[in-house]
Formats: sequence, C-alpha cells, structure tokens
Amino acid sequence: MRGGGRRRKLHFSKIYSFTCGKSSMRDEHSQIGGPGYSRVVYCNEPDSFEAHMRNYGDNYVRSTKYTVATFLPKSLFEQFRRVANFYFLVTGTLAFTPLAPFTAVSAIIPLIIVIGATMVKEGIEDWRRKQQDIEVNNRKVNVHYGNGVFDYTAWRNLRVGDIVRVEKDEFFPTDLLLLSSSYDDAICYVETMNLDGETNLKLKQALEVTSFLQEDSKFNDFNAIVKCEDPNANLYSFVGTMEFDKQQFPLSPQQLLLRDSKLRNTDYIYGAVIFTGPDTKVIQNSTAPPSKRSRVEKKMDKIIYFLFCVLFTMAFVGSIYFGIATKDDLNNGIMKRWYLRPDNSRIFFDAKRAPYAAIYHFLTALMLYGYFIPISLYVSIEIVKVLQSIFINQDIHMYYEESDKPAHARTSNLNEELGQVDTILSDKTGTLTCNSMEFIKCSVAGTAYGRGYTEVERAMGRRNGSPLVHQHLSGGDNLKDSTDGKAPIKGFNFKDERVMNGNWVNEPNAEYIQKFFSLLAICHTAIPEVDEATGNISYEAESPDEAAFVIAARELGFEFYKRTQTTISLRELDPVSGKKVERTYSLLNVLEFNSTRKRMSVIVRSEGGKILLLSKGADNVMLERLARNGSDFEEETMEHLNEYADAGLRTLILAYRELDEDEYKEFNQNFIKAKNSVSAERETVIDEVTEKIEKDLILLGATAVEDKLQNGVPDCIDKLAQAGIKIWVLTGDKMETAINIGFACSLLRQGMKQIVITLESPEIKVLEKEGEKEAIATASKGSVLNQINRGKAQLTASSRNPEAFALIIDGKSLAYALEDDVKNLFLNLAIGCASVICCRSSPKQKALVTRLVKSGTGKTTLAIGDGANDVGMLQEADIGVGISGVEGMQAVMSSDIAIAQFQYLERLLLVHGHWCYRRISSMICYFFYKNIAFGFTLFLYEAHTSFSGTPAYNDWFLSLYNVFFSSLPVVAMGVFDQDVSARFCFKFPLLYQEGVQNILFSWRRIFGWMLNGFTTAAIIFFFCTKALAHQAFNSEGKTAGRDILGATMYTCTVWVVNLQMALAISYFTLIQHLFIWGSIALWYIFLLAYGAMSPSLSTTAYKIFIEALAPTPSFWLITIFVPVSGLILFFTYSAVQMRFFPMYHRTIQWIRYEGTSNDPKLCDMVRQRSLRPQTVGFTARLAARANRIKDRHHNRR
Amino acid sequence: MDAKDGASDLTSSTKKKSRRPKYSQFTQQELPACKPILTPAWVILIFVAIGIVFLPIGFASLFASEHVVEIVNHYDRDCVPPNYVDNKLAYIQSSKTNKTCIRRVTIPKQMKSPVYIYYQLDHFYQNHRRYVKSRSDGQLRSKSNEKKTDTCAPERYTANGAIVPCGLVAWSLFNDTYKFSVNNKQLGVSKKDITWKSDPKKKFGSDVYPKNFQSGGLIGGAKLNSSIPLSEQEDLMVWMRTSTLPTFRKLYGKIEADLEADDIVTVTIENNYNTYIFGGNKKLVLSTASWIGGKNCLLGIAYLTVGGLCLFLAISFLLLYLFKPRPLGDTSYLSWNRSAPGGHIY
Repeated sequence: MRGGGRRRKLHFSKIYSFTCGKSSMRDEHSQIGGPGYSRVVYCNEPDSFEAHMRNYGDNYVRSTKYTVATFLPKSLFEQFRRVANFYFLVTGTLAFTPLAPFTAVSAIIPLIIVIGATMVKEGIEDWRRKQQDIEVNNRKVNVHYGNGVFDYTAWRNLRVGDIVRVEKDEFFPTDLLLLSSSYDDAICYVETMNLDGETNLKLKQALEVTSFLQEDSKFNDFNAIVKCEDPNANLYSFVGTMEFDKQQFPLSPQQLLLRDSKLRNTDYIYGAVIFTGPDTKVIQNSTAPPSKRSRVEKKMDKIIYFLFCVLFTMAFVGSIYFGIATKDDLNNGIMKRWYLRPDNSRIFFDAKRAPYAAIYHFLTALMLYGYFIPISLYVSIEIVKVLQSIFINQDIHMYYEESDKPAHARTSNLNEELGQVDTILSDKTGTLTCNSMEFIKCSVAGTAYGRGYTEVERAMGRRNGSPLVHQHLSGGDNLKDSTDGKAPIKGFNFKDERVMNGNWVNEPNAEYIQKFFSLLAICHTAIPEVDEATGNISYEAESPDEAAFVIAARELGFEFYKRTQTTISLRELDPVSGKKVERTYSLLNVLEFNSTRKRMSVIVRSEGGKILLLSKGADNVMLERLARNGSDFEEETMEHLNEYADAGLRTLILAYRELDEDEYKEFNQNFIKAKNSVSAERETVIDEVTEKIEKDLILLGATAVEDKLQNGVPDCIDKLAQAGIKIWVLTGDKMETAINIGFACSLLRQGMKQIVITLESPEIKVLEKEGEKEAIATASKGSVLNQINRGKAQLTASSRNPEAFALIIDGKSLAYALEDDVKNLFLNLAIGCASVICCRSSPKQKALVTRLVKSGTGKTTLAIGDGANDVGMLQEADIGVGISGVEGMQAVMSSDIAIAQFQYLERLLLVHGHWCYRRISSMICYFFYKNIAFGFTLFLYEAHTSFSGTPAYNDWFLSLYNVFFSSLPVVAMGVFDQDVSARFCFKFPLLYQEGVQNILFSWRRIFGWMLNGFTTAAIIFFFCTKALAHQAFNSEGKTAGRDILGATMYTCTVWVVNLQMALAISYFTLIQHLFIWGSIALWYIFLLAYGAMSPSLSTTAYKIFIEALAPTPSFWLITIFVPVSGLILFFTYSAVQMRFFPMYHRTIQWIRYEGTSNDPKLCDMVRQRSLRPQTVGFTARLAARANRIKDRHHNRR
Repeated sequence: MDAKDGASDLTSSTKKKSRRPKYSQFTQQELPACKPILTPAWVILIFVAIGIVFLPIGFASLFASEHVVEIVNHYDRDCVPPNYVDNKLAYIQSSKTNKTCIRRVTIPKQMKSPVYIYYQLDHFYQNHRRYVKSRSDGQLRSKSNEKKTDTCAPERYTANGAIVPCGLVAWSLFNDTYKFSVNNKQLGVSKKDITWKSDPKKKFGSDVYPKNFQSGGLIGGAKLNSSIPLSEQEDLMVWMRTSTLPTFRKLYGKIEADLEADDIVTVTIENNYNTYIFGGNKKLVLSTASWIGGKNCLLGIAYLTVGGLCLFLAISFLLLYLFKPRPLGDTSYLSWNRSAPGGHIY
C-alpha cells in the first residue's frame, strides 16, 4: 500500500456536514433510457460485444484546424475569402484569356508564391497544434488490462468502460465515474481550477457499494452497467444510474470526475470511463476561440476597399475613353487608325461593338491596375507578425526565472493591437496578486501583534515619502529576509518577538493567545503530512489562507500534527510547565465554510472533557453572533480590523464558546437528523440547525492575511497610467478586499472621491428578506440607477477642476448596471472616473463589462487574467493576456498572449506594443505608397496609349516588383524598425499615446502617403517620358522605344521607393542597409541576368541594360535626377516637421541625438509638458500631494 | 515567495532544458544601429550637396543639348498638291497621284557628320495594345517558326500561306522615302547601324525572308524585298521596336558628311504613308547627336531648377533656423495637447 495507510481509516463524510450528501433517486432519473439519456457504459468490459455495439468514440482530442485531407481545400478557401486575394484570383484567371495585358504566367506566379507562403504558415501553425495534441493524447494513465492487472497506456487509447487508476496530482484523462479512493469512504479532493477557476478543492464521493474496490486485484471480476445522460456541456449536472449486483443505484455529479481537473490530497482513485475525448464535458464546453483581428488590419481592409474604388474609377474612365476611341476608328467604313485594322478585329478592339470592347477593356484595366492593391501585403504582414511574435517570445526581460516561463504570443495577429490599448481590464487574484496568503498580523484580546510591512503599507509609505520607502526601494525585500536569519516560510510573514519563540506566555493576555492559536490549529479542514525523514510537517488545505493559519499556529508553537477520523492532535507549549505537550481533541462536528455562511466552526471535546465550539469567519457575520457581554475588547478589535483592511489585508474574526453537554446533545441529534434527510431543503435545514448553535460567541481576536501583490505591480500600473492607459479591476473578491488592493496598486488614493454603487443598503436587505423577487428587482434597479445618476452629477459638478474619481461597484449592482437601458449611463460614469473596480463579479459579468467597454468606447481593450473564470473576459476583449505563472492553463489556452507576471505587461505594451504598432502601421502605409507609386505610372502610361491596356513595363518587371524589388525593405522595417529604444519607451511612457490615438495610422497619414505615391508616380512618369521624348536617346542617334522607357522608368521607381524607405526610417542596422541597397542592386542584377537570357524569354528586355541603358549617359542622368526630385518634397516636408512640428517620438529622438537624455530637467520638461494630468498611479499621488502643498502656500499668502 | 509553489516543478524543470530565451543582440532587438535624424545641419548639408552636384550637371547637359543642331521639316501638309488640299485622303490613297515632293532645307549651323535622319509621326499609336501585340517574335527569329502566327491577327496569312513577317506592326511599315542633295550633289544615306545591335543578331533571323508580305487584300505600308533576309532589313527592325508614345521619331538613316551652315539641302520625298486619315503629322528631322543624345533641354533645365531650388531651400532653412528657433522639447504641437487643452480626458 502506498503511504496512506493511516489516512485510509479516516471517514471524512461523518464530520462534514454539507458536501457529502447521499444521492437519491430524483425525478430526472426516471428519464434514463429515454431521449437524451441513452448512454450505456459497461464498466470494466470495454471489449464486450455490447460495448462494441455502442461504438463510442475514442479518447483522442483534436484541436487542429485541418487534417491532411481537408488542408488544401479548407485553407485555400480561407485564403480566397480575403477580398484582395479573391481579386487576384479572378484577375489571375482572367490573365489566361486574351484580355490580359501581360502573360498569364507572370500574373499568376506572384499569386501562387503569396498564397503558398500563407498556406505554409498555416500548415506550420497547425502542425504545432498537432504536436500539442499528440503530447496530450499520449500522456500515460494506469488502466485495467484484465485479471486485476493495471498497466500504463496512452490517454488516447482509453475506451468507454475502462477502469483507470489515477494517482495524486494527476489530471483525469476523461470524464470518470468515481468508484473508490484511497479513503475508506471513497471520497477524494478535486481541483477544478482548469474548469471554473475556483481555487478551493471540491469533495467528491463514490457510491458506498463500490468503495471496497481499493486494490488492483479487486477489479478482476468487477462489472457494472452505468446508464446515463448523453454528452453535454453542463459541468454541474450528471444524471445516471448504476446497476451493480443486480441493484440500481442513482448517480449524481458527486460521482463524476471531469477531464482536466486534478486529483488532490488523495493518494489514488479508481474510476470508470464514462465520456471520452470529444464527449467529455470540458471539451464540449470549449468553444472555438473567436478569431480576432486588429484594428489596424480592419482599417487596412477599408483602405483596400478605397483603393478598389479608385481602381474601378480609373478603369471606368479608361474604358469610356477607350470605347469612344475605338468606335471612332471606324466611321462609315473608313478606318481612321488604319494600322490597327479596326475593320477586322476581335471583339476586344472591335469598333463596331465598341461598348463591348469597352467592357472587356474594363476587365483588362482591372488586371493592369491590380498593382494598386499590393498582392504581397497580406503575406508580408503575416510574415512580419510571426517574426514580431518571435521577438516577443524571445524577450529575455519577459522571462520569468522562477517558473521558467518566457512570454508567449499565441496568436500573432494582434501584435500591433498591443500598441493601441486604451483600457486594461484586469483580474485580481493571481494576476495582480500571487494568490499566496501570508499570515502577517493578528489582534488578540485587543492587542495588535505583528510588525511586518505589507506591500500596501510600503506603497503608502512611498506615497508619504517616509523612510520606509527608501528602505524598500534599496532592496528592502532582501533586507527583510536576511535579518530573519531563517529561510522565509511560505505563508508566514509574521514577526513579533512578544509572541514568538514561546514568549507569549509572558504577555498579559496569554490565556487568550493560547486559545487564539489553538483555535487556528484546530478549526480547519487541512490534513497534515509528516515527512518521515525530517519529521517536518506540511499541510494540505483547501485554500491558501487556511494553510496560512495552520502554519502560523505551528510557527507559534501550536503544531497540528495528526488528524484521525475523530481526533485532532496538537503539540503545544504548556504555559505552566513550559514544556511541549501533546494534546488530542476529539472532533465532534465540522460546520464547513461556504459562501453564504461565511464562517466555519468545529465542535471538539478537549482533554479536560469540555465541549468547545470554535469558530472563525468574516467580521460582519461573526460580530452579530458574539455574546452581548462576551467581548470586552470588541472596539479595539474593530479598530484593528479597519486598520488591517486599510492595509489591504484579508481579515477573519475568531471566537469560541463552551457548550454544555445537554445543549450539545440536542444539537447533535438535530444535526444528524438534518444531515440524513434527503429532502431538497436539506441544506437549509442544516443551516438552521447550525445557526442555532453558533451564537453567543466569545471574541478572541482577528487575523490578518496578506494577499500578496505580485512583484512590481504598483510600478507597472504607474507606468501604464503614465502612458495614459486606463485600468479597471474586475474581481470576484468582496468589496473591501478589492478596495484594499486598489490602494495597494495606487489605483485608489487618498483624496480620490470614491463613488460606490452597492445594493448592500438596509432597504434592499429588508426587501430581500421578504423574498419577493420582482419587488427586489425593481427596487434594486431603481437604487442602482439612482446611484449612477448621483455619481454622474458629482462628476459633472467637478468637471472644471480635474478631480479624480473612483468608481466601485459590486456584482449585484453590476447585474442591473449592465442591463440594456442602464449600461450606457453606467459606462459614461465609468469613463469619467479614473479607476473602476468591479467586485464580486461573476465570469459572465466580467465578459459583459469587457464587451461594454469595447463596444461602448470603441477603443481597444485588453483583458488580463489567470483563471478559467477569466476566459470569457479574455475572449471578449480585443486582446486577452493570460498569466501563465500558475498551473491552471485554461486562461492561457484561451488567451492571445501569455506572460508569466503582470509586471511584464509594461514591457509588452510600452515596448513591444508600441514598436509593433508603429512597424505595422508604417509598413502598411509604405506598402500602399510603393504600390501607388508603381501602379499610377502604369495608369499614366496607359492613358498615353489611348487606354488600350498596354503596360509600360515588361511582364516580368511587373510581376516581380512586389516580390523582389520593393518588399524586402518593407518587411525589414516591419520586423526591425524602432523609433526609440526600449529604454526611452519606458522613460517617456506617453509615447504610447501615439498608438492609442492612432496617430501613425490616421486617415490623414494614410492619405498623405497615398498622395505621396501619386505625386511620386507623376514625377517619375513626367520626367522619364519628357526626357526620353522623341529625340535621340544616345550619341548614336537611336531613339528610345517602349523597352527603354519601361526599363528606365522602372529603375527610377525602384530607386525612389527604396530611397523613400531609407528616408522614412530612422533606424539602420546592417539588415536595413542590406535590404534597401540590396533591393536596388538586385534590380540591376536582375536586369542583367534577365537581359542575358535568350530573347524568346526576355522579349523586350533582351540585352537592354548592356546594349542600350548602361552606355548611355542620359539614362544615368535620368536615374539620378528623378529619384532626387521625387523625394525632395518628402524630404523638405520631414525636415520642416522634424524641426517645427515634431511628433513625440521625434522629440525623443532629438533629445537622444543631442545627448541631453540624461539631463533630468529637460527630460522632466518634455515629459511634463506633454503629459495629460495623470490620475492614477503613485506618480499621480506624488503630484497630487505637491499640488496640495502648493495650494496651502497660496492660501497662506 | 511563490517560488516554492512549484518547488517540485522547479526541480523537475531544471532537469529539463530551461526555456530561458538565449541572449543575443539580435533577439533582444539591440543590434547596433545608426539612427540618423534630420538635424538642421544635415538638412542644410544635403540641400547644398544636391545643389552643388546638380547645377554643373544641369549646365553640362543644357550645353550639350544646345550644341545639337536639329532641323524639323513638317512636310505632310505641304506635300499635298493644291488640288487635293480638300481631299488629302483621295490623294494619298490613290496609286495614280504623284507622291514625289521636293523640300528645301537650309542648314542654320554647321552639322558635323554623322547627321541623323529621322521621320517623326504624331498621333500614331504604335503603343496601342492591339498593335504592340500583333507580331510574332518567334517567326522573326527563325525560319522554323514560320507558321507561328497566332499572335499576329489580323495579318496572319494569305491564300498562299503564312505572312512573313506577320502582324500589324510589320504590315504598317513606314514607306516614305527621302533622297538628299546639296548643291545638286547627291548625299548618300547610310542605313548602317541604325538598329540596335541585338536586333540583327538575335531578334531577326538571317534565314528568314519576307513571304506573302503585303499581298493581302489591304496594303498597309512598305513592301519588303523578299530576297533580303529580315536581319538585313534595317527599316523594318527600327520600325518593329515600337515607340513609347504616340509622337515618336525613328531613325531613317545617316548622312555621313558634314553639312555646312547655310547649305541648302534638297530633299526628295516619296510621300506614301497615310497619316492624313487619323490626323497625324509627318516630319522629317535632321539632327546631330551629342553625348546626351538629341536636342532636349528638359534634362538640363530640370537639373538647374532642382539644383537651384535646393540651394534656395538650404538658405531658407538656414534663415529659418537662425531666426525662428524652436526650443528643444517643445511639445505643444502634440496631437493630444492640441485636441485636449485641459487634458482632462478621463
């Protein structure tokens, strides 16, 4: 037997009051066998004939988009759903008809390259998913092979009916029916964090009839038939019956273990496979992640539509002209342009059918002007984004050493969206805080103990500029640890020499202290684990705060070391003898914690025979249960409680009372009766019984546990606030905790007016007691509306002086505030406030709030969270960021980007986001520029051929423009460009506003670039055609034909677009140099190579460079002159802008260039002058304080 | 603190490969880079540099262009006999009319040999797509491709077989001819080297002879001597390099003798080519060539203009920087400062 021999004798079901209810046949059980309840599972007989008849699927889970067979059609379809790609497909197909102005091959090859590249990328991504699938599907599990022999097999091999054995801390491979566990009463603990994000453990219990199956060998001849519901997505329901030993037993969710949850605190369980693979509840629950596209890309689509309009207009105008010219060619049998033989023409040029010719010309023109739409834009963007995400993944500053987790961009198509975030919606637990609790302070009998500083106190100290700050800033953390001389104990950060090391016996209230800590050591549901080798004891508890209490008790000399079914044993210091004694309390009842009771009690009999009720719970429920005269120091305790809450701590009140024998007997009878009742109101009955005994308590004191903030959270929030990003906190926690954390992260500060919207008002409570649902709803809604309006009024009243407001709203009110007719009001109010905190909000509400902000403000939202309860929010937001620090992967799996710590958000947004936004938006602008510059020359030339559709360039020049001669520098810009380095991004966080306000991708800028393209094209065309007019081209008197003009104009275009790039960027690494100059060089090389091919391939380009262009001075003069004159406009513009109207990043570049970046005064000036008054973060706190002092000075004068 | 959370994970992960990203300047985006910005000094320097380079080039090319002597004679209208002035079409389309026309041209300045003879056509869309494509490069290149005429419509074949060279381009070959004499002394017109060298070498086959050319129902332009291979038909080769724009010149030949100033050159023109119907013009051009080519002052003027402009800009920027400096770090133009003067956006 494995290690748990001692534990196996425990029968927890006896002491737990609520969770271990007996399942009973209910109404729904009668439906079994009917529609929707037709599943039949032959446990332990997966090979039997009947099981085969059922033919349930295997346990293979697929997350890939394509299979080998569907890849080609499906991905092609995906590709051509894009308008631009579809357009190219159409023109590519048309290119095979005589309509084409150029050869079909040259038209279709770029399309094939572009589509091929995208498909390869898709394929690789899907392959990665496949790898992940393989990894999951090949995890090993112990399965029954027959004859009581268990052996390991891969997850995917599991079949319905298999018996598996799952060990502690393993995930369940499928949905299992719990048969038995290492505990005699067949209970087990399950962690469902992956499913619902709840961190506390759930208790599951098998049917009693199967609980004997505790050894492998017992499965030799076990079999049973389970009939149950069909696969569905409801996590909390399960209806079924089990036929065992010719008897029917009802099954409930209590017996079902869900895939992806984890076995905790239990050595092993046996279970029968009920649902496999896609049938499991978690897979049924998983929705396809919404495909998100960034704002920039959506806008890009609009630009493409715009360009389509331009293109169609141009083609239309051309067609009309062409139609007229064609019709004019043949007039009463007289051919005008006889050399075109209009009398004998195919329909495309037929003067007699000129309207048709015009229509056909329209198609030709669409093909020819196709260069307006950059064919390689999409694929270049895809490539760039993949490379950008590699940079994000590789960023060493976003790598978290302790969990060995680098940042991970799971989708690459949102990179630039990271640079535009306007509002961050953050989860609290696990995101801002690390979900680890530390016992830090306590108040016993009116005396406060504990000298540790909390993060909040430090933050407040920082605000007040007390020496504490400097200590902290100069590595206070290390200092703290080193002075201890002891390794820090997880969950324990309590320092007070008055009570530590047994000194508490000398305290005046020693008696209370003893009771206080023994209560902490007794009143819990944790299980001790003794390390055989060292004798050290560790605890497994349902929640981290519970663990923190037991640990605290242990550290202070009340060591809980043994739990049996009926006893709890402590080693404690006897204040009289001064020795450690072992005391055993017999455990009579456990009245568990749940969210309605908000308290937990145990009833024990001490060694002296006294019956004690020990109780701990939230202050509001506990205070009303205290005895009238039992609390001499209630006032002091309350004061301490408030202090603790202010410091951002979680508080609990401890109290106890002695029961006399009769009272207990009566209670126990009622309690047992209530527990064994099978009626639907069982829980209410138990509640009532417990209510009666938990009263007249005697106050002992209060505990304070710190919900630790993650490293660097306040600093990160401050930076983000400086960047002008708004931060909302959406948490499931109660209001007090949320407000505490708000203070801790500087989202709230003193002097900030708090607008609190809550339904915890007396009137509503009264209504709630009466229980009329409709009345409650109307009253609540009215109340919420009222509060919102009042808040709004406050806000407008102070709109003159920018006073900071904070909005705090609880879940109940939120439910009403999110209703359709209220939500805009609510949003208005919320936008007006500097910080918004929504507490007690459900996952659904989180998602709804996110949607409200997203659609209401139209700005980019980023949601960040770590648990499964954040999934909705992550998927709803424009960007979902998952915290990958903790084990639960659900949030990460549904996020777009995963980071290990909240603080990395700063770098992710301010540096990577800013860069990516800048890169992508410049890249798109530039793409349009270069294609217009090229495409418009084609149009201008065609206009000179009476719009007959003659391209100015050789076919291959045309098709390779986008592929070779102009795209590499753009890609390099998209991947590598930086306006300022990461250091300056941090130093001037407001730079981020360039993205939020979308300055770099505004219509003005886009049209500016387009205009630049048109002008450039006009300049190129004008000068080239005029310079190469009819006169002799070289000294041998030869004139320039179409071939020479084409090559010259093309050369100029290549020069101009590449030089333009060199002008536009301000960051030249070797790569930029290589690509820009390389592209130009490549053009000459291509010209040479292509010209050297036989004329049947190179047609008009044959030897054009060697023979005609290179020896001719005027060619070189043109190619020097045209690029310079084409760029002079832009150059002048940017010189003027740089000096007189610089954008923010230019200012920073300037400062860096001048080397004055280390001049704090100047930097401060640039920062301050460009700063909007900041409302959140500790910088704002300092500023607010400075203002107050200034005002005071003023007033004195 | 939370390190111990995953104490067990940690030990197992240290055994595994750490996922720590490797440091390199490349992956951390810290590559050494030059980050030029447009400082006043640079701006002025660049403008001055452009000005300094462009002005001499401008002068040189303008000088070269001015040095070229060019005579343009617009003859199509004047060569129509007076009785046909109202019906030019009848004149040109009739085979009976006398097409010979004599023009006298005075040489304004000495023209050094070689003097290039061009014909210039206006409004002739040699770049029309139908026209441009109506040829068969393969057929021109080699005898074996004689039947390859599918791109040549509508001039593909006659009853006797495929037309060589086929297509509209060849069919509409220019057929005016010029003869020159000075002081009653005949001037020789050389057709040597009027084509690009690659044409006779690679593009027009020496074994390809004209066949069935101009024997269809409609006669287009010039006829070709069917005993001379295409690679020696200079006029055809020049014509077949289609022009850029509807106004173009093509090299007709060279006069390999100096023409002195005030010489009167008598040109005997066979005015055959029909440009009257589409309103085109025909011009005879005599021109010398310099290193920059023919007479076109555009390049020179453009260089001078841009050069001058750059110097002007350089000076204006200099003055601007001197008299209207802007404090460093002035951020008052930033969009968010402009749009929200109070700055209270929340």
